[in-house]
Amino acid sequence: MASKHKAHKGAPVSARLGIWAFLATELLLFGGLFTVYAVFRLSYPDLFHVQHLKLNRIMGALNTVLLLTSSLSMAIGIAAIRQGRQRILKIALAVTLALAAGFLCIKYFEWSEDFGHGLYPASNLFFGLYFMMTGLHGLHVLFGMLVMVWLLLRAQRGEFSADYNTPVEITGLYWHFVDLVWIYLFPLLYLIG
Amino acid sequence: MPDLSALNGGEASLASHDVDAVFIIPAIPSSLGNFFIPLLIGARDVAFPRLNLFSYWIFLAGIAVTLFSLLQPIDTGWTFYTPYSAQSSAAVTTLCLGLFLVGMSSILTGLNFIVTIHTMRAPGMNWYRMPLFIWAMYATSVIQVLSTPVIGITFILLAAERLFGVGFFDPAKGGDPLLFQHFFWFYSHPVVYVMILPAMGIISEVAPVFSRKPIFGYRAIAYSALAIAFIGFLVWGHHMFVSGMSTVAGVIFSFLTFFVAVPTGIKIFNWIATLYRGSITLDSPMLYALTFIFLFIIGGLTGLFLGSLATDVHVHDTYFLVAHFHYTMMGGTVMGLFAGLHYWYPKVTGRMLNENWAKNAWWLIVTGFNVTFFPMFILGMQGMPRRYAEYPAKYQPLNVVATVGSWFLAVGILIMFANFIRSLRNGAPAPANPWRGLTLEWSIPSPPETENFTEIPTVTDWPYSYGKKTRHDRGK
Repeated sequence: MASKHKAHKGAPVSARLGIWAFLATELLLFGGLFTVYAVFRLSYPDLFHVQHLKLNRIMGALNTVLLLTSSLSMAIGIAAIRQGRQRILKIALAVTLALAAGFLCIKYFEWSEDFGHGLYPASNLFFGLYFMMTGLHGLHVLFGMLVMVWLLLRAQRGEFSADYNTPVEITGLYWHFVDLVWIYLFPLLYLIG
Repeated sequence: MPDLSALNGGEASLASHDVDAVFIIPAIPSSLGNFFIPLLIGARDVAFPRLNLFSYWIFLAGIAVTLFSLLQPIDTGWTFYTPYSAQSSAAVTTLCLGLFLVGMSSILTGLNFIVTIHTMRAPGMNWYRMPLFIWAMYATSVIQVLSTPVIGITFILLAAERLFGVGFFDPAKGGDPLLFQHFFWFYSHPVVYVMILPAMGIISEVAPVFSRKPIFGYRAIAYSALAIAFIGFLVWGHHMFVSGMSTVAGVIFSFLTFFVAVPTGIKIFNWIATLYRGSITLDSPMLYALTFIFLFIIGGLTGLFLGSLATDVHVHDTYFLVAHFHYTMMGGTVMGLFAGLHYWYPKVTGRMLNENWAKNAWWLIVTGFNVTFFPMFILGMQGMPRRYAEYPAKYQPLNVVATVGSWFLAVGILIMFANFIRSLRNGAPAPANPWRGLTLEWSIPSPPETENFTEIPTVTDWPYSYGKKTRHDRGK
């Protein structure tokens, strides 16, 4: 039975299956918002075009870079701990955390700017979607950061090794998912033709 | 003139009944599954015990918040249709939070069950040696995991509508109230299969044990559970035939609704074929199982009336629907649950039930149920609408009949529970295998020890070889 509970490399089958099923539920959660987006963009293409011009593309693009880079550092961390290199894992986790924090900072300034221009969730359907989508995504970033702090504390105690790194790998999958959602959000919200 | 204050009170208590029943009933598969999935697959626990405990605490928190929000009567009905629910002064936002938490718990439980069934089966138990209850719980879990997030986001959006004035569902702001209905039913239709599939799983266990015959059409029953789960995702539109949907969409949803009756029919025929020429013993679990089959045939077939576009216009939102729903959910889910409770009571408590009282209660419940709900089919056909506190005098006699029936039903259920409680102390000690069943839970003492199996069993056969030579090659 050993082969059933332990994959050839990395996390046990149960943990992987669990996180993939969880990501499927996340996909459906965001799927609701994407459906709302599709319906209203088809109904009000002009409104979406006019309103999206009010967003700050530079900040959005910068955030995309930050988040993509954080996925890279996360992947480096996982690759490192698979080879038992704990120091690189800690550095990689810290970098990922810093990039995620940077993302949320920029998001904070962006939202403040929007509020300053009198743009609120109730302003119109586009901004309703913008705030709901980036807000829900931001909460996921925040949750990911909390988990990474926990990982960092455990890594500090030397709990992860080449043999045991399931939590790191699982968090990595979650983090890539959060990144992936943003990869869709950015063009859908900031780059409407 | 109808008394408006009484009407409001009736509406509110009805809504509470609906909210409780529809959003909290998914706790039934969770509790049954937690106890019996590990037992039936030969495992000591679920795959993620800590996650399991966590989801239990979220569930309790969610229930607490939900009940708290219901202190102030809720006037939106359990469907929370916008735009009214976005404006109602009732505690809809709190209710959204409570139900969101319950939903989260439901997702985590479903996820846990899926992983458990995939990775924790005893050595030798391949997919076709699994008890059919496990197949049913697997299909249930898939629905829970894939549909609940959608109602989660719907509650978030409804709360945002109330808190921040987002206008997705508000026509005054360019939003679309029908969109809310689509979202709502995308969850709320599949969730009726979350309620019925575990019950069907119980019937698939009870029927062969008390017929002393191998289950007929094992694979057909197994796959029809998955088919119900799958097709169940595609039929939500039949709740919206009169809400203003295009005729094309209506026809497609109507067709798909008929289609979901096919796997359901397959199950019914297979159970009946299992009974055919069996040595049937009418112990209380079997009585409830047979009741399930009888009532669910009525409930299922009347569902087709409601799924037909033209007929639905006539019976929509009438007592016909109320009758159909209760024949499936009470005659189906609850009778299945009762069958399971009587079947597994000795295993759970280590005591036998008093069979005489169990049968007395059964008589009252079956009679009371039919006297209560069958007249509602007729009332509905005559046009009595649901959700009103007042009705014209011509509906009076049948309503009186239904009320009297409900007394019998209530007394029956009280006796049943009294029997459960009394037998805890006074019941005869239960042997390990009182029903001579072949699934793994009967191979260990009643009640099971904390870790279920002192030694994990090795499975060499399917669990339905009653009265036949075993076929060791089965399921290869």
